[in-house]
Amino acid sequence: MLKFSLGCFQIKIKSLPLQPNLEPIILSRTGTMTAHKSLKIIVTLTLTLALFPFKTFAIADTVEESKDEFNPTEMIMHHIGDSHGWHFFGEGEDSFTLPLPVILYTENGLVSFMSSAFHHDTEGKHVVEKDGMRFVNYHEDIYRLNAGAETVEFDEEHTPLNASKPWDFSITKNVAAMFLTVILMLIFFFGLATHHKKSEKAPAGFNNILETLVLFVRDEIARPQIGEKKYMKFMPFLLTVFFFIWITNLLGLLPGAANVTGNIAVTVSLGLFTLALILLNGNKDFWKHTLWMPGIPTFVKPILAVVELLGLMIKPIALMIRLFANITAGHIIILSLLALIFILESHGVAGISVPFALFITVLELLVAFLQAFIFTMLSALFIGAAVAEHEHH
Amino acid sequence: MDLITPEVGLIFWQTIVFLILMIILAKFAWKPILGAVRTREDSINQALDSAEDARKEMQNLKADNEKALQEARAERDEILKEARELKQKMIAEAEGEAQQKADVIVSKAKESIEREKRAAMADIKNQVATLSVEIAEKVIGKELSTEEKQHQMIDKMLKEATLN
Repeated sequence: MLKFSLGCFQIKIKSLPLQPNLEPIILSRTGTMTAHKSLKIIVTLTLTLALFPFKTFAIADTVEESKDEFNPTEMIMHHIGDSHGWHFFGEGEDSFTLPLPVILYTENGLVSFMSSAFHHDTEGKHVVEKDGMRFVNYHEDIYRLNAGAETVEFDEEHTPLNASKPWDFSITKNVAAMFLTVILMLIFFFGLATHHKKSEKAPAGFNNILETLVLFVRDEIARPQIGEKKYMKFMPFLLTVFFFIWITNLLGLLPGAANVTGNIAVTVSLGLFTLALILLNGNKDFWKHTLWMPGIPTFVKPILAVVELLGLMIKPIALMIRLFANITAGHIIILSLLALIFILESHGVAGISVPFALFITVLELLVAFLQAFIFTMLSALFIGAAVAEHEHH
Repeated sequence: MDLITPEVGLIFWQTIVFLILMIILAKFAWKPILGAVRTREDSINQALDSAEDARKEMQNLKADNEKALQEARAERDEILKEARELKQKMIAEAEGEAQQKADVIVSKAKESIEREKRAAMADIKNQVATLSVEIAEKVIGKELSTEEKQHQMIDKMLKEATLN
């Protein structure tokens, strides 16, 4: 039997989080925020909050299992989670892992060393000494041990007893994968830009595909959602976010690749960009409709202002959760299907689960584009609503 | 690392990386690409517009040509018509003149014939008169050769004269 000694997770999700229904996000593009729309926002908020119990259940479900047995949850969580080294194949000391820099911000300043210093240990046993401080990697969290401590110990609330947690700014697997996307994007679009500098004619081949996609973002997303007058200002963000998400999604489907867009931190950051653009570019009309809705009784106005402000926050939250949940769910489904082979300990299962996993992978190719499109589309929609010139009535 | 707890480090890197990527691409890629695409679209639109203009111009030119041709044809018809009329007129005039001349000639001829005729008649008359006188002389000479016959004659004439 194959062994997956990948470090057990204390926090586990027993039932796989099938993609939560987060789609009923405001898709209508009416200029004025209506009470009806606000109701939709409340519904969305409710659905959004419905995701959080996952965490609670997960913690409640903690089971300590023997490491000799195959643990699908561990395997899946390891694959969709972030790590300090980029593991490709193999186990333990023989594994092929790309070491990545660990950068920590402690009370004594910045400390950095390569992740290979932990010797593939994620159980907090291998102590790395650097600048007079001692660090361990416990389940990909890095702790600074107090003097005299040999390994990190926790109490019931998972608070370390004999260690502190420094700020971790490591170049993790996800950051490295992000850099890969950045390099690819720079190569792709500098190539296209170089072509345009040399020739006024339409590009051929791969550049033509890229240009078609750029035009797709411009003509199908930015122009209709933001409007002819103002769309150019937001094109850099929309184009960058579209290609970043799409390319990262596709790279994430490769074997051994990182699950970048399926990481909540990445989507939080992207969602914050959209929020920042809405807040920075919202015009007078937008703020008036948000804070002091015209055309309704005065006593309703403060209530609606609260609802609208909540809606303003929920929009990017919905964006970040949608992307995170969709991509993570796809990875979990594929990994679960493959895990079935080892759970049932039968070669025959492969005959069913491998083609099915392949089918889901192909589906994920579509989802990769779709999620990039939806994220960009909704960002454009929200920005468009914030900068729209209302006709006064 | 937890599934739904955002890692500060990753948020930090994502934000920094994305921001830098966006700024670099905006300056060195999106701006030239979108600019070039816009320029190309403009030039395509311009080309289409000018093609449309050329088409219209050609249509106008064609219409002008057609019109000129029509005019030329009409003019030709007019000229031909005029020529025909002139011909008719000239023929008619010539005919009239010829008739007139012929008439004059005929009338002159008639006149001269008349004159000749009259002269001939006068001549004949003279000759007849002379002849008559001669005959009369001869007859009278013969009739009044005797006295008796002279008397008879006078009687007879007297009778006749009385009767009248």
